[in-house]
Amino acid sequence: MTYKTTIGLEIHVQLKTKSKMFCGCDNNAEGVQPNTLVCPVCLGLPGVLPVANKQAIGWTLKTGLALNSKIAEHSKFDRKHYFYPDLPKGYQISQYDLPFLIGGQVEIEVAGDKKIIELTRIHLEEDAGKLVHAGTDSLVDLNRAGTPLMEIVTEPCIDSPLSAKIFLQELRSIMRYLGVSSADMEKGHLRADANISVSADEKLGVPVEIKNMNSFKMVEKALLYEEKRQREVLDAGDKIAKETRGWDDAKGITYSQRSKEFAQDYRYFPEPDLPPFEPTKMFDLAKLKAEIPELPAEKRKRYQSEMGLSLQDAEVIAIDQEMANYFEKTAEIVSPKLAANWIINELKIDGLVKIKPEDLAELLKLIDSNEISGKIAKDVLPQMLETGKSATDIIAEKGLKQIGSEEEIAKIVDKIISENSEIVSSIKAGKTSAIGFLVGQVMKETKGQANPAMVNKIINEKI
Amino acid sequence: MKLNELTIKEASEKLKSGEITSQELTQACLDEIEHKDKDIHAFLLVLKDEAIKSAKESDERYRNNQPLSQIDGIPVAIKDNMCMLDTKTTAGSKILENFVAPYDATVISKLKSAGAVIIGKTNLDEFAMGSSTENSAYGVTRNPHDLDRVPGGSSGGSAAAVAANMCIAALGSDTGGSIRQPASFCGITGFKPTYGAVSRYGLMAMASSLDQIGPMTKTAEDAEILFDLIKGYDEKDSTSLSFQTGGAQDLESRNLKIGIPREYFAEGLDSEVKKVIEAAIGKFKAMGAEIIDIELPNAKYALSCYYIIVPVEVASNMGRYDGIKYGFSAEGDNLLEKYINSRSEGLGAEVKRRIILGTYTSSAGYIDQYYNQAQKVRALVKQDFEEAFSKVDLILGPVMPTTAFKIGEKSDDPLKMYLSDIYTISVNLAGLPAMSVPAGNIDGLPVGLHLIGPQLSDSKILKIAQEFENNVLSS
Repeated sequence: MTYKTTIGLEIHVQLKTKSKMFCGCDNNAEGVQPNTLVCPVCLGLPGVLPVANKQAIGWTLKTGLALNSKIAEHSKFDRKHYFYPDLPKGYQISQYDLPFLIGGQVEIEVAGDKKIIELTRIHLEEDAGKLVHAGTDSLVDLNRAGTPLMEIVTEPCIDSPLSAKIFLQELRSIMRYLGVSSADMEKGHLRADANISVSADEKLGVPVEIKNMNSFKMVEKALLYEEKRQREVLDAGDKIAKETRGWDDAKGITYSQRSKEFAQDYRYFPEPDLPPFEPTKMFDLAKLKAEIPELPAEKRKRYQSEMGLSLQDAEVIAIDQEMANYFEKTAEIVSPKLAANWIINELKIDGLVKIKPEDLAELLKLIDSNEISGKIAKDVLPQMLETGKSATDIIAEKGLKQIGSEEEIAKIVDKIISENSEIVSSIKAGKTSAIGFLVGQVMKETKGQANPAMVNKIINEKI
Repeated sequence: MKLNELTIKEASEKLKSGEITSQELTQACLDEIEHKDKDIHAFLLVLKDEAIKSAKESDERYRNNQPLSQIDGIPVAIKDNMCMLDTKTTAGSKILENFVAPYDATVISKLKSAGAVIIGKTNLDEFAMGSSTENSAYGVTRNPHDLDRVPGGSSGGSAAAVAANMCIAALGSDTGGSIRQPASFCGITGFKPTYGAVSRYGLMAMASSLDQIGPMTKTAEDAEILFDLIKGYDEKDSTSLSFQTGGAQDLESRNLKIGIPREYFAEGLDSEVKKVIEAAIGKFKAMGAEIIDIELPNAKYALSCYYIIVPVEVASNMGRYDGIKYGFSAEGDNLLEKYINSRSEGLGAEVKRRIILGTYTSSAGYIDQYYNQAQKVRALVKQDFEEAFSKVDLILGPVMPTTAFKIGEKSDDPLKMYLSDIYTISVNLAGLPAMSVPAGNIDGLPVGLHLIGPQLSDSKILKIAQEFENNVLSS
């Protein structure tokens, strides 16, 4: 039987604002001792009140503008209640019926096919702390409690695990372009839960929620596994249970965590400590919009249509803002195709950081003008990385530039021989080690631009 | 006159002139606490050493002619639901029996930087839930006018402390009448400012959309002095308002239009209380005010509306007291059991009642018919007042339907207890400023007159109350 797979994603993006969502605590908890970035507000002590982080709201709106969401005229925060040791107040400040952003689209390309992923909504909330399990004890670290989280919910419109993965990668890229999140899945800056259903007809099947997918690879693997599992259940004539399943990466399987037959009641109600917002009045949207850089989808198109890159090269470069910026600077000086080829295949991450685009362009120009071969350039690049010297300097020093014809060098050799008759005599008398001196003189005369091997060869011939 | 019987105004002048010292004033209050509080039990904590130290520092400032404010050196008591740095703050609850606040509430910071002598923390109904101060985990407070009677609540400790001259002034908090009601029962002045006029930062939340801190004093003039000091926008409280001073200069009672809501004089109002209030209204009339009958048609729904909204916010605000991070912690074989035991043993009956009510009325399937419906009614209650204030400057009425009731009289009947808040709660639902001013006595028990004004008319009400007070004193 043929089945149709439908996937919806719920993504949490940690915003890298300076301070937390509702207090002034430092928001960067990486590598910090547990419970050191806390204050009465994020600890939820009696009597404290939240104050909304304007930057986080601004960044959320900016994200909405970038993703073509509708910005709500009226918005507010709500309290979402549940009891858990890492939730200091017994409720999370989140958004219920009036999120900052409604709708939106992300365009992706899956194996050459354009696909539009429709967004349902985007809202802002605070993160909980985290539990650290130590033997039989569970410890609570509240450094992360209060970190701003943007929750992005897609429509159930993603047709395959691969599309889901590519969408998430695109989203990561957009977050980085916007400068609102490091969006690193391994570090939990970007967390995704999926709802996946399989059906034999056009109707949606029973959605199963998948959690614990901590990398793009895991998302694809878990969804592929789940897609296959659900098909097999249906093939066997059984029914899919509405449940939450966890991904066990070591075993490569999903496993049942809890039934979702009974929805948890979060008892949402409007947060009385924060007055409602009018986001469109609170922020200069035109200004926010102007801050949005060209995003990967546009870049992909431009790189192909205006700069002649292949789809594949355009994708690889556009997804990484740093690489894209590097590429665009390099391509101002040399041909985009050559630049793309070298940036993708030779430069590597280290090179992006250590070698300036104009320095790479200098090297590539030498190839373009046939002054050095591509092969030599590949030898020069690691040296540039190592020494920090320019391509021209390295080529000159190492005599890699094939300057001067044999005749030209022969002329200089003749001159040196006539100026050093005593040395020549001693060489002829058998002191061959003195040849090195003559070579040195020639190199000096050519300012190091002659090929030392060739000089050696000519001197030997002449003497 | 004994020093502890002075008002802020009087004491401030004497301190300034050097006639008295803050140490003498503070000692007089401490002596009075020593003398009376065994019987009254207004204080949960007396900050004797700290108060004497502050008083010494204050005296130094007066000697250098550099007092920080009009309340520099004045002993002030604080309701124990306001956090004070390094000081035990219990909210009258067992669950916070050992909680030492690691920060100052904004009002405490303001008092400290004004040089006030914080003399102690006063008793209250647990987390401010109650109307009699009988719901405290640390014992009941008694009414200084009759020790068999309640002082009112929930700010009963502050009211009794001021009434018994154990301090010069106090701070209370008012969610449904918790400043005005005990002020009425204890015969002092209690002012509940416009919602947002005073920062709530550091006030342990009961019902966040209604809670408001305010002064409890011996005179309306003192209330104004203390209010001016604690009011104002606070960046730590997003619901706080920037507040303009003044605007009340050109006020004269003879130009006033005063509204008398028919609903506040209907069935349930004690006939003797009614007489006292009518006499007070008569005084306003004599002062030249125009008295106008008004209607607040939705006032009758205020009580049920209030007792739906409040528990929902209470259930939410009480979630943090889990017995793990701070405060009282019970034993339990596992986490859930520990939670359950800590909350079962640490929280009192009224708090639990409201948590259960609020959890129910905010749960899926019920929130529309209860909480959301109550919010609509709340808007109507507010609208009633807006309409009324398009015709009148001020509304007058009783604060309480009766004088102070006996200890234990209503504590077994929550509904009867809730009904005693009938005149005060609609003010909180509408976020209005209101005040209880002593208007007379019945068999030695005080009766408070209720002054209610439109939003942000705080200064105006305080001025009018002073005029009334002066008129009563001179007559």
